[in-house]
Amino acid sequence: MSNKSDQPNMDRRKMIGGAIAATGAMTIAPGVILHAASVSDEASAGADAKHRWGMLIDSNKCADGCSACVDACNTEHGLKGHGRPATDAVWIRPVKLKDKQTGRENRLVMMCQHCEHPPCVDVCPTNASFKRVDGIVLVDRHRCIGCRYCMMACPYKARSFIHEALTEQSVNAPRGKGCVESCTLCVHRVDDGVMQTACQEACSKEGHDAILFGDLNDPNSEISKTLKSTNSVQIRADLELNTGVRYLNL
Amino acid sequence: MRSSLISNSTLLILLAALLAPAMQVFAESRFVTENSKAASLKSCVAPTDQMRRNHMDYLQHGRDDTVIDGIRGIDYSLSECIDCHASKDQQGQAVSVTDEGQFCQACHEYVAVSPACFQCHRTTPDTQAGAAKLGHHSGDSDPHEGLDIQLPAGIQRD
Amino acid sequence: MSKMYYRELYCGTPARYWSGLALLGVIIAIGLGAAYYMEHNGHWVTGMTNQIVWGLPHVFAIFLIVAASGALNVASIGSVFGGPLYKPLGRYSGLLAIGLLAGGLMVLVLDLGRPDRLIVAMTEYNFKSIFAWNVILYTGFFAIVGIYLWTMIDRSVNKYNRTVGFAAFFWRIALTTGTGSIFGFLVAREAYDAAVMAPMFVIMSFSYGLAFFIITLIAAYIWGDRELGDFRLTKLKNLLGVFVGAVFYFTLAYHLTNLYITQHHGIERFILLDGGVYTQMFWIGQIFIGSIIPLFLIYSPAFEKSRWAIAAASVAVLIGGFFQIYVIVIGGQAYPMNLFPGKEVVESGFYDGQVMNYVPTLPEAALGVAGIAVALTMVAVGARVFKVFPETLED
Repeated sequence: MSNKSDQPNMDRRKMIGGAIAATGAMTIAPGVILHAASVSDEASAGADAKHRWGMLIDSNKCADGCSACVDACNTEHGLKGHGRPATDAVWIRPVKLKDKQTGRENRLVMMCQHCEHPPCVDVCPTNASFKRVDGIVLVDRHRCIGCRYCMMACPYKARSFIHEALTEQSVNAPRGKGCVESCTLCVHRVDDGVMQTACQEACSKEGHDAILFGDLNDPNSEISKTLKSTNSVQIRADLELNTGVRYLNL
Repeated sequence: MRSSLISNSTLLILLAALLAPAMQVFAESRFVTENSKAASLKSCVAPTDQMRRNHMDYLQHGRDDTVIDGIRGIDYSLSECIDCHASKDQQGQAVSVTDEGQFCQACHEYVAVSPACFQCHRTTPDTQAGAAKLGHHSGDSDPHEGLDIQLPAGIQRD
Repeated sequence: MSKMYYRELYCGTPARYWSGLALLGVIIAIGLGAAYYMEHNGHWVTGMTNQIVWGLPHVFAIFLIVAASGALNVASIGSVFGGPLYKPLGRYSGLLAIGLLAGGLMVLVLDLGRPDRLIVAMTEYNFKSIFAWNVILYTGFFAIVGIYLWTMIDRSVNKYNRTVGFAAFFWRIALTTGTGSIFGFLVAREAYDAAVMAPMFVIMSFSYGLAFFIITLIAAYIWGDRELGDFRLTKLKNLLGVFVGAVFYFTLAYHLTNLYITQHHGIERFILLDGGVYTQMFWIGQIFIGSIIPLFLIYSPAFEKSRWAIAAASVAVLIGGFFQIYVIVIGGQAYPMNLFPGKEVVESGFYDGQVMNYVPTLPEAALGVAGIAVALTMVAVGARVFKVFPETLED
């Protein structure tokens, strides 16, 4: 067994058990080794450092009163409200802005900005907040102790704390009481080769096309081309976090 | 000091002899819940005794692969355990694997452990969130069939 | 100077001692029940939300942890800086420090979303996280102060007292620096992102810790029917005055800096002028009760010899300190983060641009008060079991 285990050594047990039981009913023939962590053919190869996933949101195209992306995100990840807006989980939220000087109005969606230098990862005491090699910032809920320091540190208020016990979660996003969570950039889709997030899919279906997901490292991707030819901004660029989510016409 | 009538080793052998039939029965037994997909399959993704002993290690290994490295569709995936081992009630509704007497609960109760898995992971198959689409095993290459184990002559896999 | 004898503290009648302990036990039990209630239901039953993520338990915890390291000051003055008048108080100083830290940590841990995973916090370290450093600083504090107490009590290892005292002194400075840096290193929030936070927390710890020390010392010597000299108490009182003044100075420096930076005018206006309950807490709680009243009680010639004035000044420092931490922790979160400079938020799906309301609930308060009860219980039991208090402290 290549697995590290606190279990007793099975082969030894087998020998003893087999000798005692004489028949050795379940003794596997010597030399049979089952590979514990083998990956089947259809498994994804995993996150690759040659990509950096990101998003571009066109503030001009984000339609007033529309909540298609929020609804799609909630459905995709099984986020259900409990009628308590102050404690319900929010992964993506619409924000409408008005310039104090000029009065120009904007609408956009905010979510985890998937920073290159994420403050949440810096402050997490247990390494539960982490950045994947392909730039997606996630919470490993197996390690999260629920201290909420990341929520204090995030400049974008992107994170939610799960304030109640949950059941019937989505397989796409296992989640439970006492842990912190945020937008995963639909990591389950990315790993599966589906290069479209739930919010983008919904936005396109509505005909708005305000959200564009893609590989920031690939110069030929649509998002990279658009970013190169237009004037996009990062929110709170002063913090030099190099966000993976960028905005147009803000 | 030799005060006892029978030596320790004698006692051990005696105990072993008594236990042997029970152990054999246990080793050959296979516990699946009725009306679950598992009941229709020949074996789990690994031989039963290995799964019994090591499933938690397999799962833990797989969880880090998936969460941190993004490797999906691993052989030992919790959602697949649930898909396979959750039984259905008379109305055809999936029963939670942590309900009384169900697959996960029955054994964990017996050995008095309370795994934290189900505080975050669902306990019934997810029919809505394209689970099959997401590379969890389906179709041709079912690992249940693909176990390359040579069993001693005369022994049938359960 | 006559030889100093230390003796276990027996306070009045046994019935009084045990009923006191029982009362503390009940308070702790209620707090633990409250923690279970909050953990079992999830945090939605508390006043904390996704906007105010740290609430009343954190105020109590930080208050106690900061006070803990300050309580060790008296011992440090005695053995590190060679103050003979403080030396006999060193043992109690160490005991109080351990008690306060234990109480604060209990509150902090029981408010975690997953307190059952504390072992993860012990085994997984992210060394870039101030929190992870604090885990080491807090546990190390117990160990070092424990050894420090040993060198004070056991004559055979007394020769190491000064060395260990030095180590404990530097450790406690590091500990409060670490606690202050929890806030100082939060770049995103305007109320926090300031290096002055760390030294300010150190000086706050001096003040709160000494106030805790004075008030419990007076109480212990009254209950134990022992002599406590006026001269020694006056020394402690004058020291407290200096610390209260220093906290006031740091508060001034912090706010003046912010008032100069245009970007921070919003948060300053919120805390100092129109933040409602936070403005009141700042002016009435922190400044009036926490600074002006104690300074008056300490330095007014009218109260020069009054023991009650000293006790009242210490209590006022503690109340003011509690409000100060409340304003820092909760007030700093209630004020909205400025994500879009120059723009006004017209509507938002997540309270952007809005001042958040936080109403602490009873369970949170019960857990916090239980932290204080844990500290007092440890002190009460420790003083009874070990030779902590000198038989007499007459001048």
